[in-house]
Amino acid sequence: MQENNNINKKKKFNLGNIVHSSGFSSLTAALMAIFLGLVFGFIIMLVARPGSAVAGFRFIILGGFNRLGDVFYFATPILMTGLAVGFAFRMGLFNIGASGQYTMGMYFALYVGFMFDLPAGIHWVVAILAGMLGGMIWGFIPGIFKAYLNVNEVITSIMFNYIGMFFVDMWVQNSSTMYVSNMARTRYLPQSAQIPALGITGSNVNFGIVLAIIIGIILYIVLEKTTFGYELKATGFNKHASEYAGMRGKKNIILTMVIAGGLAGLGGAFAILAPSAISGSSMTYEPINIIAANGFNGIAVALLGSSHPLGIILSSIFISHIQRGGTLTSLVGFKPEIIDVVIAVIIYFSAFSMIMNSALGRFIRRRLHHDVDEEVAETANVVTDHNNKEAE
Amino acid sequence: MNTVYYLIQNMLPVAIPLLLVALGGMFSEVSGVINIALEGIMLFGAFFGALFVYAIQDSGLQPQTILLLAMLVAAVAGAIYSLLLSFAAVTMKADQTITGTSLNMMIPAAILLFSKMFFGSDGITTRVNFYIQKIPVVGDIPIIGKMFFQKTYLTVIIGLMFLVISVIIFYKTKFGLRLRACGEHPHAADSVGINVHKMRYAGVSISGILGGIGGFFYSVGVMDGNVNGHTGVAGFGFLALAVMIFGQWRPMKIFFAAIFFAFLRTVAYSVSLIPFLSNLGIHQTYYRMLPYVATMVVLAFTSKKSRAPKAEGIPYDKSQR
Repeated sequence: MQENNNINKKKKFNLGNIVHSSGFSSLTAALMAIFLGLVFGFIIMLVARPGSAVAGFRFIILGGFNRLGDVFYFATPILMTGLAVGFAFRMGLFNIGASGQYTMGMYFALYVGFMFDLPAGIHWVVAILAGMLGGMIWGFIPGIFKAYLNVNEVITSIMFNYIGMFFVDMWVQNSSTMYVSNMARTRYLPQSAQIPALGITGSNVNFGIVLAIIIGIILYIVLEKTTFGYELKATGFNKHASEYAGMRGKKNIILTMVIAGGLAGLGGAFAILAPSAISGSSMTYEPINIIAANGFNGIAVALLGSSHPLGIILSSIFISHIQRGGTLTSLVGFKPEIIDVVIAVIIYFSAFSMIMNSALGRFIRRRLHHDVDEEVAETANVVTDHNNKEAE
Repeated sequence: MNTVYYLIQNMLPVAIPLLLVALGGMFSEVSGVINIALEGIMLFGAFFGALFVYAIQDSGLQPQTILLLAMLVAAVAGAIYSLLLSFAAVTMKADQTITGTSLNMMIPAAILLFSKMFFGSDGITTRVNFYIQKIPVVGDIPIIGKMFFQKTYLTVIIGLMFLVISVIIFYKTKFGLRLRACGEHPHAADSVGINVHKMRYAGVSISGILGGIGGFFYSVGVMDGNVNGHTGVAGFGFLALAVMIFGQWRPMKIFFAAIFFAFLRTVAYSVSLIPFLSNLGIHQTYYRMLPYVATMVVLAFTSKKSRAPKAEGIPYDKSQR
């Protein structure tokens, strides 16, 4: 990080500087992964149904623009789970348990929504906070396991995805206040527990997205401007060095997992407390023993945004955009699952696009300023190597 | 006594997929590659196995012959899918956990997409009956015959054969020793002329073969020959990783760990048939959580003194010494 900063200071007003920066490098890496993912999706569509592949692909790319409200609406939960995964990733923890934390947060929010009788202005706020608490608890346990028992957080959080899902499904089904058994879903939440809509016609986009973006910006400040954020990133770069420097690794692991859990829990709360277009109804939860997909989409969002809070805001909107487009492809005979395939391919390529990117970036840079002296070219290589390490 | 017979008869078809997939994970990890993608590999193998069964189920072949042929298909499918992991993890030196996760996410979606577009359902449903009421001769042995050779699947016997083969490869061949060297100290292995990249490709491919077969055996022994994109393999790939860690990366210990987990799961799903447990009045969901909770407890006790391969998860780079 030190080298990176020095170079930025030295060559502040140079166009090449932008090309060198880690932000640019991860942006091109993300774009490359997206491009490859979309190409792969198009090939699948061509193979499956050649006649309507072009029409379907056009829906994926452009369909979301006609439903911008919905894009933001569905971006809210994956923005939160994306932050949950990305935040932990900065510390070198792979929080694959965002699904469980998301489900737990959703249940806690539902519980407050149904069981508490609060005035209209406060009810939904309390429900959101409860959701955050639920997620925090479900992040705390894997944190403890990692910090004190050295259990790999990937396995722990996968197990907790299942345990949490089983718990929530049982609790929901056992409560007649929440559950309508002949519809196999939860009842409609009272109006007071729903997040106020932003009032855009033809869409349920609500205050949740505003809160989510604000939280993303706060996280950016925490990561970049506070001692805690610095310690966190330092631990992510080199665990042993940071411990040697006196940072308390165990405390930071637990704190990171609690915060990540809280973020995912908020995602669950934002998703279930969202208002619905039909008056009197609301979002519902179906306890069908399936792990929440939004948690896994959070992984895609986080990787695509290279675990940077501001990048995650953008990537969540992008993922939501192609998902909206994907649902439209059913008009020409495809299924929305095509998008899940595309997203998986994007993650696959984003795992090593940084490496391909450094080769590509070196090529572009050589073209941009081939007259730069040797020294700068050398430092540029240091930066790219450094970025590669960051990516790994 | 009938309950004991019932539990053993039902436990073995569940234990075998766990055993095979955990052995697969072991081969991959001792070569130095973390294989989180086992869940996806299982489902990929199960899908192609079931698709093959679906295609030839009306040809009049013996069910057990179909099973053997479909097993080969699943093995090939698993091996091919695992190449995606080894390409990313070994050749491209990418993050093995992230790559594995993406491979896990791809398959359920792809199966749903394919099945919805071509079958109008969430998966593949086959009509072949793989169940064996009683194996001739050995099924008549008192007690043992009833426990192991009645009301079972051919998968159990094949699975145990794979265990024996794995033990031999792991301990008694040059290949097994070299494989383990690549996971413990790749630079040392390289210095004596072992091609680390090649060995890691081999390790991951073996895990693909065993993972694919394990996935197909799951769909035979647990799902009754069907594959569903929604439920997938119900986290068996991850459970198998836990089995592998519990078994400390050693074949025989993995075998006992697999039996232990399969026993818990079988108990969980047959509570109503065991008078003692159903009288306790504990909600069924708690029993269903049991394998996952047990994983946590087991890992909590075994992870501190873990004997994981030292170089697992670290891409091999010749220039770093």
